Amino acid sequence: MLNNFRSSFQKILMYPSAIAGVLVILFLVGVSVYTVITIPYSKAINMWRGGEEVWYQNPKFASPAWINYFSKQKYAESFAVSTTEAEIQTTTTSNDRGVSTIEMIYEFDYLADIYPQELILYFKSSFKEKQPFISIELITPDERTIRIANFALTGKDVTYRFSQDEKLRTKLRTKDLIPALFSLPETEQPLKGTYKLIITGSTFETDSTIDAEFVFHGQVFGWAGTDHARRDLMLPLLWGVPVALAFGLLAAIGTSVLTMIIAAVGTWYGGWVDELIQRITEINLVLPFFALLIMIGTFYSRSIVVILGATIILSIFTGGILGYRAVFLQVKQSMYIEAAKAYGASNMRIIFKYLIPRMIPLLIPGLVQSVPAFVFLEASLAVIGLGDPVLPTWGKIIQDASANGALYKGYYYWVLEPASLLIVTGLAFAILGFALDRIFNPKLREA
Amino acid sequence: MSAITQTPAEKQSIKKFRLNSSLIRILRYTFTRILTLFITVVIGIYLTIVIANMGGYVDVIMKGEIRDRITQLILNNKAYQQMDVETRQALIQEKIAAEEKRVGLDVPIAIRNFRYLKNALLLDLGRAINITSDSGSKQVRLILLERLPPTLLLMGTSQLFLFFFSIFIALNLSRNYGSFWDKVMIALSPSSAVPPWFYGIFLILIFASGLKILPFGGMVDAPPPVNKIDYALSVLKHLLLPGLSLIISSFFLSVYNYRTFFLIYATEDYVDMARAKGLKANDIERKYILRPTLPNIITNFALLIIGLWTGALFTETVFLWPGLGRTLFQAIGQYDTPIIVGSTIIYAYLLAMTVFILNFVYALVDPRVKIGE
Repeated sequence: MLNNFRSSFQKILMYPSAIAGVLVILFLVGVSVYTVITIPYSKAINMWRGGEEVWYQNPKFASPAWINYFSKQKYAESFAVSTTEAEIQTTTTSNDRGVSTIEMIYEFDYLADIYPQELILYFKSSFKEKQPFISIELITPDERTIRIANFALTGKDVTYRFSQDEKLRTKLRTKDLIPALFSLPETEQPLKGTYKLIITGSTFETDSTIDAEFVFHGQVFGWAGTDHARRDLMLPLLWGVPVALAFGLLAAIGTSVLTMIIAAVGTWYGGWVDELIQRITEINLVLPFFALLIMIGTFYSRSIVVILGATIILSIFTGGILGYRAVFLQVKQSMYIEAAKAYGASNMRIIFKYLIPRMIPLLIPGLVQSVPAFVFLEASLAVIGLGDPVLPTWGKIIQDASANGALYKGYYYWVLEPASLLIVTGLAFAILGFALDRIFNPKLREA
Repeated sequence: MSAITQTPAEKQSIKKFRLNSSLIRILRYTFTRILTLFITVVIGIYLTIVIANMGGYVDVIMKGEIRDRITQLILNNKAYQQMDVETRQALIQEKIAAEEKRVGLDVPIAIRNFRYLKNALLLDLGRAINITSDSGSKQVRLILLERLPPTLLLMGTSQLFLFFFSIFIALNLSRNYGSFWDKVMIALSPSSAVPPWFYGIFLILIFASGLKILPFGGMVDAPPPVNKIDYALSVLKHLLLPGLSLIISSFFLSVYNYRTFFLIYATEDYVDMARAKGLKANDIERKYILRPTLPNIITNFALLIIGLWTGALFTETVFLWPGLGRTLFQAIGQYDTPIIVGSTIIYAYLLAMTVFILNFVYALVDPRVKIGE
């Protein structure tokens, strides 16, 4: 038996496509392990379901940053810097009467052709009675100084959005503030170079402090881009890997192993047991598979565990069980089964030690080949809105994308990223299963 | 009794007896088969009804909806606004009870399940709860009939194309197996692991969103063209992408399966013999390879035909194709049990009939098969 397997797996080496399939699957398993360790389940769920407070640093609908390598027009990249992380240079000068001046300077390169979405400053301050005062200036690469705003910090948390400032709009005589800030006056061309943001804060009490965070919402973000809720798509893309693998593999293993055991028990005992299994199979063929799953998803529970269980139960009594039955009927007549009966082996021993092991060569290719169908089934259900309510998965990304008209509006990355991962996963298992089929069932190879 | 001593009369009676016995055998087989298939259908439909009613939870949802709707209706009606609160409340209760009775909610769910079952088996499909047909009818029969043509158009064209085209190509490949195209087809066959709606998304992306030459979804332009030719062209334009995605998703695997299947028969001794005799390749294919594979091809074709009925749930949903699959999806979303059950019962009957007829067709095309043995 062991030798058999060893030679079979040596034969895999003869199929380059199968090796590719194995490598992709191993890579995906590695990614799953990495994901589950670095972003634990509860953290992933919290982030995925988190709103503006988690994702405020990200722009909406941002493409992944690497499209700048392929695009002629460069998109502005997003970043977020803060004084608490010491990314913004801070110098404090104070006099003896409790008045201090905090100068916060941040220099950044702007080299894009497409203007950013928004610039935001978040101020956190502490004071008792006297409100700190803020003035903001932007020094452009051509040494112009644009006075952005002067205001008092009226509360502990103050948010200043550049594009919403009506005073500045009137001052610069423009409709779109952000492009006006990043181009030469009276031109539509972006001015590339190093910009310097100077925030001067004055506090009027000894213990009063000011912290600032500068958030630059560009047009591109990170490796995967963001969605309509500013969420980094990397999270669901990464978490989609373990979910897809687990769903696909568990469903495939559950279905094939249970199908085989039931078929073996049925054929071995024969009589009414066999008859019952055949009748259940016939009834199951009448039932509409997808409709039942959708009903279970809509009426009972969209939890991935429930859907997995329902999928396995509905997939056991299908054509596959009849195929196994046909082979088991042949095996049942073999001499070694006769011998086992003669030495008084128990029914269970014959079923699990003699009948089922004979079927492993038939089982494995079928099992591997059925994985893609289950992976895509999970995605299909998610796409029509029946995905697990809390888990971030690939299907959910596609559903969000189509619900927000990603294809109409041209946010292709939003659909293409999860779609390519689904295809890569599906094809890896399909290719491997295909090769295994030819290795374990040599009749096909000759033909 | 040995054959040598048989008189002609005795021979006659033996022949008659054989004929009688085979007739009895066929009749007995027919009867038991119809009975088992019918029981199968009954159980299948009953299970669907129980699940579609969610063990009674759908009732709670529907009752809540009725209460909301009628209360709103009466509170907003100016004619009732002069009434005092108690009379109005009584009126509301009365109307709710009437409406519940109309929908059938006054009977316990267990009994209603059997009533549904009886009606379903008699093909009395009843009235839908929320969904209406475009012509405004709530008759499940009319709704399903209205959505049938789009599904038949989409599934019919794509599945028939797939069936005939893949058999044709598979025959050619089995003749030249090991050739370049054969290897290409084998290499591409894992592509069928991807479901049609998924190819649909890519096709939409390329042809609708990118090149902007084909529509995103739907079945005709809005507003529909008046001219019949324009109408047909518009439908054709909308049919292209969903049809193509259904075809791409099954084509290569289908060709591969038929090819492998034909190859098993093409290596039989009698085919070698025919080749040695110098028969034409065409004749060999038709008489020696296709003939013995006929039962399987017929099975596939029959399953294809009844598969048309279910429509393509996900593909129709992605392409907003107004067919049965999408209707079923909508019905589930709106807890419209009668439509779910109606669509299932028709599929179940069609499947049972097909399985039944196939038993006889096998016996007709394959002389080795005897009915009832």
